[in-house]
Amino acid sequence: MSNRLKKGLLHILFWLAGLGIWQLLSLVYGPEILPGPIYTAKGGYELLMDGTLLQYIGISSYRVLLGWTLGSLIAIPVGLVIGKVGTIRVFAEPFLNFIRFIPPIAFITLFLVWFGIGETSKIMLILYATFFIVVLNTLTGVLAVEEDKIRSARSMGASEWQIVLHVIIPATVPYMFTGIRLAMGTSFMAIIGAEMIASNEGVGYLIWNSRLFFRTDWIFVGLICLGFMGFLTDRTVGLLGRKLLSRYGVVSANSLRR
Amino acid sequence: MRAVSRQNEIHIERLNKSYAQPTAGDLHYIIQDVNLAVKGGEFFVLLGPSGCGKSTLLSLIAGFVSKTSGQVRVGEKEVERPGQDRAVVFQQADSSLFPWLTVRENVEFGLRMKRIPAAKRKEISNQFISLVGLSGHESKYPRELSGGMKQRVQLARVLSNDPAILLMDEPFGALDAMTRRTMQRELVRIWQDTDKTVIFVTHDIQEALLLGGRIGIMSAGPSSRITDIYEVPLAYPRDLSDPDFHTLYNQIQSHFDE
Repeated sequence: MSNRLKKGLLHILFWLAGLGIWQLLSLVYGPEILPGPIYTAKGGYELLMDGTLLQYIGISSYRVLLGWTLGSLIAIPVGLVIGKVGTIRVFAEPFLNFIRFIPPIAFITLFLVWFGIGETSKIMLILYATFFIVVLNTLTGVLAVEEDKIRSARSMGASEWQIVLHVIIPATVPYMFTGIRLAMGTSFMAIIGAEMIASNEGVGYLIWNSRLFFRTDWIFVGLICLGFMGFLTDRTVGLLGRKLLSRYGVVSANSLRR
Repeated sequence: MRAVSRQNEIHIERLNKSYAQPTAGDLHYIIQDVNLAVKGGEFFVLLGPSGCGKSTLLSLIAGFVSKTSGQVRVGEKEVERPGQDRAVVFQQADSSLFPWLTVRENVEFGLRMKRIPAAKRKEISNQFISLVGLSGHESKYPRELSGGMKQRVQLARVLSNDPAILLMDEPFGALDAMTRRTMQRELVRIWQDTDKTVIFVTHDIQEALLLGGRIGIMSAGPSSRITDIYEVPLAYPRDLSDPDFHTLYNQIQSHFDE
């Protein structure tokens, strides 16, 4: 208990020290160049009061969650099929490895042309950012299923379909989960990029638009919000994984880094 | 004695296996010209040095790999694919058990694939969990069990499907000496209780003599074959200090000394 208390105190001390240094630096360089914590808090309060901050957080979260969920839902079956069917894999694998090096941001203009300037293009972009990561992880998981498991299921009378359902899918769950969790990170990067270039609302828009008013404090507010959004969703996803999927071997509690 | 059913007899004639393409000039046989007849209800041990193709022979009987030429018959039927009449106990329990299922769920796997009602499944799984001495551990996951217990789960899992033949691939190889001895005794007891044909692969002469009614000696690979077959006319449970045991041990040992 006292050990935990010590750890908690150290945490608080660390954050206070960080804030202190931040404040000190802002005094040195002036609030226009580097707005300090107090200045940023004031800016944040301002945005909170006129309602834009919550609205922006809401819209960005909505885009990320929708695109990420759709992307994962489509990617998992695709990954399973590619992993299971050798002839498809031969063609799909080089293609996947080609396209995964093209970052979502590079597609923004094309997606705007293809899907319009509205919500669809942003959600498609997140979907794209999610899809390939989850496909590749699922596919890797399928390939990593031990032959002994499949053989033993087969000699216990399981049909090919039952093997997919009762052996390959459960054995691949930890890989799918890792893919989904990694994709959350790229989704945030993609949405901020998209909102900076082609949106009138959202956290990315806030960060980008603040330059017009030279409100560096608002930029800081946006950055901090992003950090919190990512941190909270990752923790939530991690917690859900641990609670619901622990029997499949999803145990990691620490956040994944890209 | 129980009636010997022909369904659990195994006949192998002029069996060859090569992993090379059939068109290749040099076929590099793993096993070549293997002939063997195993009677129903017999405990037959395949003994040979590591890498001699014992496991390949077992995989051929199991139907996991296809032969290059020759015959493998179980009962009257030529082996073409894995079947529920031939259960396999793998060397590595970790790679063959399903870690996302509890002990009971693992044991019930084959029954569930056959859509046997839950009440009946429970009755059968209870019977075999208790036969292998795992009562009280039903709701544990494989990762919570010791190596010996995991092998017991594997054994219960295949027995619950009531196979005519048990194919065992060095199942006790990874266990410590004391656990191994217990498992050997238990296996003999279970075999005597259930009237299965057992083919047991090992490279341990002592293990072969403790278990086998007959012992087939395989020559070192490549082109391995069964060179000699020993009858073991000793009663179960076998006694290590028995002078006959010792004589047989030395006889068999002399095969591998050359």
